[in-house]
Amino acid sequence: MYPTDLKYTKDHEWVRFDGGEAAVGITDFAQRQLGDVVFVELPEVGRQLKQHEVFGTIESVKAVSELFSPVSGEVVAVNGDLGNHPERVNNAAHETWMIKVRPSVASEADALLDSAAYTELTK
Amino acid sequence: MSDTFTSRHLGPRPDDIADMLAVVKAPSLEALIGEIIPADIRLAQPLRLDAGETEHGYHQHLRRIAAENRVCRSYIGLGYHDTITPPVIQRNVFENPGWYTPYTPYQAEIAQGRLESLLNFQTMVSDLTGMEVANASLLDEATAAAEAMALMFRLHKSAAAKTMIVSPKIFPHVKDVLMVRARPLGMALRFEDPATAAFGPEVFGVYVQSPDDHGALVDLKPICDRAHAAGAMVSVGSDLLTLTAIVPPGDAGADIVVGNAQRFGVPLGYGGPHAAFFATRESFVRQAPGRIIGVSQDSKGRRAYRMALQTREQHIRREKATSNICTAQALLANISAFYAVYHGPDGLKAIAARVADQTARLAEAAAAEGWEQVNATYFDTLRFEGDAAKVASLRVAAEAQGINFRYPSERVVQVSLNETANEADLADVLRIFAGASQHAKLGEPGQRTGVPAPFRRSSAFLTHPVFNKHHSETEIMRYIRHLEHKDIGLDTAMIPLGSCTMKLNAAAEMMPVTWPEFSRMHPFVPDSQAAGYRRMFMELEETLAVITGFAAVSLQPNSGAQGEFAGLLVIQAYHASRGQGGRRVALIPQSAHGTNPASAAMAGMSVVIVACDDQGNIDVADLQTKAKAHRDDLSCLMVTYPSTHGVFEDRIREMCEIVHAHGGQVYMDGANMNAQVGLTSPANIGADVCHLNLHKTFAIPHGGGGPGMGPIGVAKHLAPFLPGHALVKTGGPAAIQAVSAAPWGSASILLISYGYTRMLGGAGMTEATRIAMLNANYLKARLEAHYPVLYAGKQGRVAHELIFDLRPLKAKTGIDETDVAKRLMDYGFHAPTVSFPVPGTLMVEPTESEPKEELDRFCQAMIAIRAEIQAVADGTADPKDNVLKNAPHTAEDCCATEWTHPYSRENAAFPVPELRHHKYWPPVSRVDNPFGDRNLICACPPIEAYA
Repeated sequence: MYPTDLKYTKDHEWVRFDGGEAAVGITDFAQRQLGDVVFVELPEVGRQLKQHEVFGTIESVKAVSELFSPVSGEVVAVNGDLGNHPERVNNAAHETWMIKVRPSVASEADALLDSAAYTELTK
Repeated sequence: MSDTFTSRHLGPRPDDIADMLAVVKAPSLEALIGEIIPADIRLAQPLRLDAGETEHGYHQHLRRIAAENRVCRSYIGLGYHDTITPPVIQRNVFENPGWYTPYTPYQAEIAQGRLESLLNFQTMVSDLTGMEVANASLLDEATAAAEAMALMFRLHKSAAAKTMIVSPKIFPHVKDVLMVRARPLGMALRFEDPATAAFGPEVFGVYVQSPDDHGALVDLKPICDRAHAAGAMVSVGSDLLTLTAIVPPGDAGADIVVGNAQRFGVPLGYGGPHAAFFATRESFVRQAPGRIIGVSQDSKGRRAYRMALQTREQHIRREKATSNICTAQALLANISAFYAVYHGPDGLKAIAARVADQTARLAEAAAAEGWEQVNATYFDTLRFEGDAAKVASLRVAAEAQGINFRYPSERVVQVSLNETANEADLADVLRIFAGASQHAKLGEPGQRTGVPAPFRRSSAFLTHPVFNKHHSETEIMRYIRHLEHKDIGLDTAMIPLGSCTMKLNAAAEMMPVTWPEFSRMHPFVPDSQAAGYRRMFMELEETLAVITGFAAVSLQPNSGAQGEFAGLLVIQAYHASRGQGGRRVALIPQSAHGTNPASAAMAGMSVVIVACDDQGNIDVADLQTKAKAHRDDLSCLMVTYPSTHGVFEDRIREMCEIVHAHGGQVYMDGANMNAQVGLTSPANIGADVCHLNLHKTFAIPHGGGGPGMGPIGVAKHLAPFLPGHALVKTGGPAAIQAVSAAPWGSASILLISYGYTRMLGGAGMTEATRIAMLNANYLKARLEAHYPVLYAGKQGRVAHELIFDLRPLKAKTGIDETDVAKRLMDYGFHAPTVSFPVPGTLMVEPTESEPKEELDRFCQAMIAIRAEIQAVADGTADPKDNVLKNAPHTAEDCCATEWTHPYSRENAAFPVPELRHHKYWPPVSRVDNPFGDRNLICACPPIEAYA
């Protein structure tokens, strides 16, 4: 079962809405599929993202995958710790945010999956 | 029969073949082939090629061809310099199957020796260029320059910046390749002196060469400063020996440095193979092309080497890869690295000082004879300008003496000296410049140099102990042997890598590569001096044309991936010639090699993926739909045949017809040509162009990760577009520009394929194809009860390779394909291809050269491993602490006082009795891949780390 305080995408990102910000990471399912994460490439603060737009890439030893933004908005923070500690994505996927976005289209959140729907998707 | 080469090349003996046919339940070899290859694509006639020759007979023949080459003293330069290959390196590396037969070091545990040597190469390049990181070599200087251009383009902030400023004073063949690579990606080249050119926002980078095309040194710092101020990057083409004497480009601010490492001990070979180098800043390494060797650790924390950052590469990233490059020039990079290890920094400085002194003395003496030398600064190259008559008569005198200079125009002669020139050679050169004058005199040897003080290098290089301790022959011989012993080559055991065709590289094929008539030939000598080479090229082209069924062949592409790029450009040129330049869509099946989409992207094409069905075959309906949808912009289909799944798809002709009907061409990836030769052909299935991996089907060894060759064959309508060259006439009347630095790529190793085709002859090559398929089907028959085999043809047969599916076992036991691959090392085998073309599988290709006994030994290992997996399934072995998860086992671990595993040391090291007679010990246990990529180190670790 995935945390109920998060929303999810079909591309295996999670998003946590907190105040005016949305923290984004990848799910535990995604990190297991990737294997040992060795590198995360993230955007610069200030970038404007559209929903589903690629905001970065994540690499394991054997695979590389694009990261898609669950919501539209401006990037207001980037998790710099991942540069030296990409393994945190493996160790605690749901606690390891990658970027924080200030959402610009409130309605987009409604289309995201809840914990039950995401659990169903990954069965 | 016994003394024919065919009987030496093929593994199974005649008696074995009867036994093997019984095992595969086929009445005859011909009946078996009939069940594998669809009848409608079989060749109606045998190959129209001569019968095979004996090894002795072939060498007699080749001696006659060699005698048609005239080896002169070449002081031509252009990035190629005669060199002295230290005999200890020639014998123990270049001519040693322990070094030339291994594969690219994907399986790090059994490749520690060449990985260490390649790390030495990277360290050498980083030190000499003054850069932070270097890769493990690229194909040649010109393509390295093109990769530098592509990297600068990728890294630039603005995608709208599409212009590169190129110094007009770069080598002409480098210029050619930059142009051919820039155009498809929409880049523009502006040929202007970067010291004065205007840097607008459209400029993403600069390519400059120092020493330049004339031999003059370039002050790089102002160029780097100007470029960086404008947000552009700077790539520098340079020369390793010169870099021992001048300020390294890295110190001047260069972002990328490339060049050719050939003059560090690698024979000229009429153009190759050599290792190009590529060095850059650490912050750009994730975008860099080619193999990069990194330092990691094994499961016990021992230092271990591996290929790092593979996610950059085409086999993972496909059309988004940083390059289509698969291979490096590992064998040649290793030779250059050993050259540096053997000479050490002081030895290299001494060589450089002698060359510089000779050059300066020649400049003085020639000036005294009235020759105007125009380079104000120089290392080894002088440029003299005179009137045309004077230059012409000098040329006549030089060629009469057997001495080659470079004549860039009728008023100019350039001389590039190298380490082979002695005082007598120098005197001969001067005599030519002096003409009738009797008084010409060289100054006494000393410390002269054309490198003025501000350009001189003061920084140390090659300070690492590895470059400072192996300076006697005994020491380097043992160091070479010590490294070689860590690796598995074909001299140790079968290398069952699927899709790689690890067949015999026969000694008789290899030996002529180092005959001086072939090895000491500069690529840009007058045609008349290379008549033997030309005859060999012509005959090899004709033979490959017969085998492919095509009208013409280009020997220029230096690798399979480069062959793909060349073939796609030829197709594009053909479309453009018919006013259909808008055809830019490449249809590529899901099952394709990663190089296909990467090459298509480089050729400026857009990739449309064609689905495959459950049997792994191309979905013909999907192909039909997509070809139709793109009927106005379809360029080609890229198809591997037999497929990457090792199956002859029986609808191949129909697929080719669909593509042709919609205006497209068919590019056949020749990776699996070893299943076609003599039985079917690319032309026969309906393709228009294909490349041939000579390092697979035609016996060029893999060199531990290169060299390779990827000539292309084309149908008649495409022949006019075959690649040309800036300095030598090659290709068709409407030739595309060169894709390689040298006109015939790595010319000297074409001898290997030439020998292969001559000694086997048409019948022998056809028999090789049949036996390759017998061997694969024999493995299938013996192992399919133990491991499910993925994909087979309609009659239950595979072609020349097969895929074992480990996924069901993994689901049950947690033992995966990697565990099996690593456990095979404990049994003395190189692993099969892991997770290509299907994740969770092992692909095995035995080739025709493996004897039945070795196939049986492999089956014994695979069956024993299956029992080890069963023990995990049954609960009699621990799911985590077992022989598979802990594989491979080192001697150190097996002999340790402490042994905590629930299985015995004997089971770890000697699971089958034969191993007691002959045991390969992996030097490290399982290498930690994530550790290496998270903590990237790609140069020799400091000495403290060895404690």
